[in-house]
Amino acid sequence: MEYSILILITPLFLFLFLGLVGGKLRPNIAGIIGTLGMGFCAVLAYSVAYQYFFVIGKTADSWQSIMPINFEWLRFTELLHIDLGILLDPISVMMLVVITTVSFMVHIYSLGYMHGEVGFQRYYALLSLFSFSMLGLVVATNIFQMYIFWELVGVSSYSLIGFYYQKPSAVLASKKAFIVTRFADLGFLVGILILSYYTKTFDFATLTANNAELVISSFAGGTFMGMSLVSVALALIFMGGAGKSAMFPLHIWLPDAMEGPTPVSALIHAATMVVAGVFLVARLFPVYFFAAPDVLTMIAYIGAFTALFAAVIAITQTDIKRVLAFSTISQIAYMMAALGVSKYGDHDGLGYMASMFHLFTHAFFKALLFLGAGSVIHAVHSNEMKDMGNLHKYMKITSITFLIACLAIAGIPPFSGFFSKDEILAAAFHNQPIIFWTLWIVAGLTAFYMFRLYFGIFFNGKRDYEHKPHESGLPMAIPLMILAVFSVFTGLIPFSEFISSDNKPFEMHIDMVVASLSVVAAIVGIVVAYTMYFKDSNKPAAVAARLKGLYTASLNKFYLDEVWMFITKKVIFNCVSRPIAWFDRHVIDGTMDNIANVTQKASHRVRGLQSGQMQRYVAFLVAGTILIAILVLIFV
Amino acid sequence: MNILGLFVVVPVLMILFLFLCKDIKSIRAVMVTGATALLALTAVLVVTFLRERAANPDAEMLLVQSWTWYAPLNITMTLGVDGISVMMIALSSIIVFTGVFSSWNMDMAKEFFLWYCLLTIGVFGFFITIDLFSMFMFYEVALIPMYLLIGLWGTGKKEYSAMKLTLMLMGGSAFLMIGIIGIFFASGATTFNIVDIANSVRIPIEHQRWIFPVTFLGFGVLGALFPFHTWSPDGHASAPTSVSMLHAGVLMKLGGYGCFRVAIYLMPEAAHELGWIFLILTGISVVYGAFSAVVQTDLKYINAYSSVSHCGLVLFAILMLNQTAMTGAVMQMLSHGLMTALFFSLIGLIYGRTHTRDIREMGGLMKIMPFASVCYVIAGLASLGLPGLSGFVAEMTIFVGAFQNKGVFYTVFTIIACCSIVITAVYILRTIGKFLYGPIQDSHHIGLPDAAWYEKVSAVGLIVAIAFMGFYPFGISHIISDSLVPIINKLGAALV
Repeated sequence: MEYSILILITPLFLFLFLGLVGGKLRPNIAGIIGTLGMGFCAVLAYSVAYQYFFVIGKTADSWQSIMPINFEWLRFTELLHIDLGILLDPISVMMLVVITTVSFMVHIYSLGYMHGEVGFQRYYALLSLFSFSMLGLVVATNIFQMYIFWELVGVSSYSLIGFYYQKPSAVLASKKAFIVTRFADLGFLVGILILSYYTKTFDFATLTANNAELVISSFAGGTFMGMSLVSVALALIFMGGAGKSAMFPLHIWLPDAMEGPTPVSALIHAATMVVAGVFLVARLFPVYFFAAPDVLTMIAYIGAFTALFAAVIAITQTDIKRVLAFSTISQIAYMMAALGVSKYGDHDGLGYMASMFHLFTHAFFKALLFLGAGSVIHAVHSNEMKDMGNLHKYMKITSITFLIACLAIAGIPPFSGFFSKDEILAAAFHNQPIIFWTLWIVAGLTAFYMFRLYFGIFFNGKRDYEHKPHESGLPMAIPLMILAVFSVFTGLIPFSEFISSDNKPFEMHIDMVVASLSVVAAIVGIVVAYTMYFKDSNKPAAVAARLKGLYTASLNKFYLDEVWMFITKKVIFNCVSRPIAWFDRHVIDGTMDNIANVTQKASHRVRGLQSGQMQRYVAFLVAGTILIAILVLIFV
Repeated sequence: MNILGLFVVVPVLMILFLFLCKDIKSIRAVMVTGATALLALTAVLVVTFLRERAANPDAEMLLVQSWTWYAPLNITMTLGVDGISVMMIALSSIIVFTGVFSSWNMDMAKEFFLWYCLLTIGVFGFFITIDLFSMFMFYEVALIPMYLLIGLWGTGKKEYSAMKLTLMLMGGSAFLMIGIIGIFFASGATTFNIVDIANSVRIPIEHQRWIFPVTFLGFGVLGALFPFHTWSPDGHASAPTSVSMLHAGVLMKLGGYGCFRVAIYLMPEAAHELGWIFLILTGISVVYGAFSAVVQTDLKYINAYSSVSHCGLVLFAILMLNQTAMTGAVMQMLSHGLMTALFFSLIGLIYGRTHTRDIREMGGLMKIMPFASVCYVIAGLASLGLPGLSGFVAEMTIFVGAFQNKGVFYTVFTIIACCSIVITAVYILRTIGKFLYGPIQDSHHIGLPDAAWYEKVSAVGLIVAIAFMGFYPFGISHIISDSLVPIINKLGAALV
């Protein structure tokens, strides 16, 4: 399996190649090189997946972790060192498939979507950098390697959000995304420091071995301000994950990140990078479950709340990409909540499996939704729903594939989202009823806002276009169709055979009660959306007027952006930095200047003594002699 | 003749040749040849060092050679290096080399480079000697040219800044002088050789109690220790490009280097006892510098405050008194030296074209000068600790090392220092967003030329070094941490 290293090296090489000499290539050539490279990666990833899942991965009824490569990169102490390597186990192999597939689709799609853009080569270079970082993140053998690639995906995301760097809004959005996630990463880093201080290791394998025995024994019940220390460490690590995965209240960067090109949103901000937080918790799941169950419960509640919160905001947004962004937040929160309610081992670990399952299916249908939205935006040159309508007449492929994705995310059988969502709901149903009911409501809301979006774009609304919109070209249509196939069929994979909390396959089955409840919620959502948005009516306005307070709050995203602005502009800038800078210039530096001035003044005074007049010198001499004589007389 | 001596001889030869030069071309030829020779010497030194190290794994200093200078006081000129000084020499020669290219078009080039070479002598001399007296002398040699280089070739309030910088650093060296004399007499040693003092005598603790703070402060001023850092923003802002590079890149490292080579190595008991006082100051430096940088609008001030923060981290890590953190400190010195030199070289480049350093008066430079702007972004990413570049490995080594110290006090300060990674991101991204991205602010900037070839040499050279360190940290960290063993042993013995 050593060849799996090529999955990392290829995109890194592509990044360096396109970054250094890309500018000299013709844009199309650069794009095709990037796309072929990514295609090669995808082939490798599928081959690794095949070999892992069907040839060598399973021994004695459980999935093994294979580490084909691992070398020491930076040594801190005898025991603590950062290794770089590749860890193949069910979730990392699954992620390899997801990332390379979506990335490859996005590469193809961008050939059409980004055609003629300035900086086309740079765009492909950055896509390669992102793919490299994300792939490195999922195969990390230890938590510090994950942190390294975690930072790298952050920077690639930053550069891609700010791809249109002359647009002030894009610059602001990229800055915000980076700083908010950086803040979360601070927690991650401190969490790693605490964890490694006690356990003396960064290795995932060692940390999770034997039901996280090492973690429990090395912390030995240490507490910090009433919370057990291991919980503090794991909560801090989760904070890093919450930042990347846009959990409330660190989600504020994700909607703004939609300033980036749409394919980038599909790849980074829907399918791959934003699920890194979920992946992190899943990777450390035994540690969370055995060493800090309280943190896991907290994760469940944060997840459920975020899911509801984001869904409520998604209902009122009018920018189609923002609707999708909030929908992403909501769906990722679903996965988090699923991890939070999961138990360990066998069928008890249903939540874990369901979370990964949903991550898998969501990646495809959400990427499809974004790429579909991109196709629409490409046609009408606007992100706003008011500039769209009746597009099903002009854009058949986009319209049908978008519908498939909507059905999948709404959870209508037999589309993929139904199966994964159903497993999440089932897991919550048996463990935490409150969370189940919250998620159930979210399921209904999801169906509602997705079909509001669907009807708003493709049916109801604007009819008279100055330029007739037309279907996008083949490079854009083909990925849509491929992803649509994925969105229909991936739900049929017997996921629990491959992925489970204890790496032992188990049987999953559809829970009829939960399934019917969730389908009812979805259908109600769709029907309500149909009555309100399929045809022009004043119903939406009437409902908005009735729920005015909630409507305005939701439209303004519950004013969290204003809070963020207040904290950065008012608190950090005006209340901390400015006073410090003033203090530095006036107090610290002022003191230094004063010392200099006083010295100078004193020397001016003293200078008068050396007047050069002989008489005065003699007078001083005499006075001094007399003084000394007196002192001698007194003291001796 | 020892290879180490050549590091001083080459700049001396450069000075002699400069006197013979008539025109700018020959001046450049002399400087480029000399600087290249220094780089080549560094390569030879690294190879020689590694070979010698393999042959004598236990020797503390290698390539030792000594000449008596003033017999009555046993003042000698003793050369010798360990892994740390080799690293510092490598850093210096890279920055001297790139600095030459960054000051390609100086007025009064001959005089400028004369002083520049003198500065170089001081810097190399400091790192190759292990004799307190010679170290001090070279330290002074490095300081004096600074006054003229800033005062004559600087910009803005140059006389004020030059005076301030020189006086404050001289104040620091006065402390240092007292400290060195104190060490000599208190130890009862008959030598100024650091290694001999360290190995043969134990300075009485009551003397350590005053000598340690005095020497630490003396070097600390140069290392921009809060609250004695204010020479740095003004000094850097006024200094010409290559002087800023050399000053922030190398000269400030003399401070950190001196702190552990003299203050901690010779007075380990006092370091354990009084280190916490300075730890508080450095902890403040780290966040204070970063917060101050957030609101600055002058590019050079931003980087000067950023240096206060990063150099604060160096002293912070040294005071953690454990091997990992101190390894991180040396790596941070290298990393900060390289990236701050890159910053200043690019700021000089941009200032030379736009005639402003105020980020509010620029915008969209990425469109106008893509090469310079991309280099600036890379420098920024290195500064905010992007993995794969030098800043990350240095900072992480420091944080992990600092966290190994037991006690709530250390943990709290480590977490405070960790906060700097967020604040750094804020000021770096704010700066980049304001003047490189966004729409073009000033229409006069349209059509300004991008970096010329010599500026490219300078920037690319530094970026390669930064990336090398970021990709290949294990080699560097290994050499450094091996060389720290004697100091760590001494610190350990002090606790018994």
